[in-house]
Amino acid sequence: MDAETAASFRDSAARALSDPQLRANFQRAMDGLMTKRLAQFPDPGDLRDLRHLSTTIRSRSLLRLPELLEQLEVNCTKNGIQVHWAESCEQANELILGILQSKGAKTLVKGKSMVSEEMHLNAFLEGHGIEALESDLGEYIIQLDGETPSHIIMPALHKNKEQIARQFSQKIKDAKYTEDVDELTALARKVLRQKFLEADAGLSGVNFAVAETGTLCLVENEGNGRMSTHVPPLHIAVMGLEKVVPRLEDVAPLYAILTRSATGQAVSTYLNLISGPRGEGEMDGPQEVHLVILDNGRSRIHADPQLRATLRCIRCGACMNHCPVYTRVGGHAYEAVYPGPIGQILTPQMEGVGARHDLIHASSLCGACAEVCPVEIPIPAILIRLRREATHEDVASKVTGKGTGRTVSEDWAWRLWAAVLKRPAVYRLATWFATRFGKALPASAPLIRNWTQSRTKPVPARRSLSERMRAEGDTHV
Amino acid sequence: MSDARAAILGRLRASGEPGPLPSPLPALDTAVLERCQWPPAERVARLRKGMEAVHTEFLDATPDTWPNLVRAFCDREELKNLLYGPTSEDGAVLTATWLPDGTQLMPYDRPVEAFKRELFTGVDAGFTGTVGGVAETGGLLLTPGPAEPRLLSLVPPIHIALLRTSTIQDSFWSAVQTLGWGRSLPPNALLISGPSKTADIEQTLAYGVHGPRRLIVVLVDDLA
Repeated sequence: MDAETAASFRDSAARALSDPQLRANFQRAMDGLMTKRLAQFPDPGDLRDLRHLSTTIRSRSLLRLPELLEQLEVNCTKNGIQVHWAESCEQANELILGILQSKGAKTLVKGKSMVSEEMHLNAFLEGHGIEALESDLGEYIIQLDGETPSHIIMPALHKNKEQIARQFSQKIKDAKYTEDVDELTALARKVLRQKFLEADAGLSGVNFAVAETGTLCLVENEGNGRMSTHVPPLHIAVMGLEKVVPRLEDVAPLYAILTRSATGQAVSTYLNLISGPRGEGEMDGPQEVHLVILDNGRSRIHADPQLRATLRCIRCGACMNHCPVYTRVGGHAYEAVYPGPIGQILTPQMEGVGARHDLIHASSLCGACAEVCPVEIPIPAILIRLRREATHEDVASKVTGKGTGRTVSEDWAWRLWAAVLKRPAVYRLATWFATRFGKALPASAPLIRNWTQSRTKPVPARRSLSERMRAEGDTHV
Repeated sequence: MSDARAAILGRLRASGEPGPLPSPLPALDTAVLERCQWPPAERVARLRKGMEAVHTEFLDATPDTWPNLVRAFCDREELKNLLYGPTSEDGAVLTATWLPDGTQLMPYDRPVEAFKRELFTGVDAGFTGTVGGVAETGGLLLTPGPAEPRLLSLVPPIHIALLRTSTIQDSFWSAVQTLGWGRSLPPNALLISGPSKTADIEQTLAYGVHGPRRLIVVLVDDLA
């Protein structure tokens, strides 16, 4: 990577690495999550079979995506759920604003939804005078500080309880300072229950949508998702268009592998299956349920047989928890809605490979992410593909920003490299110089600096291998 | 926004991938799910172990003793009231056997809008039945509806749920099939494995974050 394209990641990663508090917070959390996940899969054979089944279900769903989405729409509509389609985040935001305004809604409580983060919905609604309050405890904590999630499952992972204690005592009315986790939780409970009670509308994401029954499945532990979807008179659900599966039976293995991979739980506290608004004779539940299906670049990803695997993701976060880069720099360093390995392949495909060139290179390609992914997404292979896309303008490719990651300096570096390697005499000359004078080259020299800023400068051997072989009488070199 | 719909579906179809799929598709290999099978007594033990691990409390009962056990629990905890669905089968039993002094039975018999604030601030516990349990991981299956509103198992700080041991299924997967959920579902169906919890602050488990702080399962042994 070169200075022209070294966008955000390198700088923000360097900042994160020099923050001992942040590193300690992540280290503790990630170690715990990896251990807990492993404990949930005692039998490697069962894990292999469950992964294979989950992968097959997700792959097949994607192969039948248009027909499943139509079936979902038909069955949701039959159940009384109003279905809307949005090509872009702007469209989805406008749609939601329209629904809220038509009901005169001024306050919205939100269950956790990464798609709504993708849409930057909260800021949009606030710009239109509608309060959008996060109710997942982690999301609530970061919203108080105007931050974004640093992990897709545990959004406030970067904060420790002292930081949260300070924040609560300053920002929650009449709250006294406490570092006791139960007391902090009780404080949030008190504030948020009042909000659930008063909210005009609730918003949630969707973990799985079932085409055959017209059902939205929500997975959670806290109960805020149920509060957001059952208490207010209006419920709006947003989902990426890839979330649909054919049957409820298909949800069973996906749910089993999701909670185990995400937090090392065999089961979540709640699995909430919503198949309609308040029915005939019901005393509660929302009067209206709306489903917004968002594209935002997903149909383009879907068109490519290799990149389509990106859409199998069930958002468990296991790839982050196991990534040697993520666990050290944390989620904010990626400066993207979806951090970590999955974000590194998803974000460049949504925003353009040139624009997020930094992300596709922020990986050692160690393969830990692919090894733990419950739906076997070949993240390293896709990263390599995207690295190529970033510098080549393949006509057939639909990747946005293809070829725009190419830079003059990197281009010349590779040309020079090729020119040297193609000419034995030049190559010999270059290695002769490197072995004789490489030691004298300062560590702060351009290009070398990129390597030496966090590592010792390598010392070249006194004689190159071919020189030594020639000296020993080998005539083949 | 039907334009968006047409455009999105058009793009998804335009790539021509993957061409016509074999019909019918080869069956999924669900052997890993089918391996989850236990005899009835073991199902009860597994469910209990799974749910106790996440702080669910159990009261052992028989088909005859459960109403008294629920009552005794309410008295012991000095609950002011117990919200319930009077038209459900189990609710009708409570109505018939409840003694007038002590904890008051509070019927959830009107639209929530009529008493929302009271529901959030003035109710000590909610009582519901269940339509089954899940042995593999522990968990209760509920289908809220007109007889048992959705918020009964969510808003009051204590949720008391009646579970008959004969209704415990091997896994969620087998329950979906046995209960016919795969064909049609009521507007809301739930799997509940414990009281509301969070680990969002330093991965420290805390119970009772938004939903019930306690989940009490009245386990009615009707296997014999």
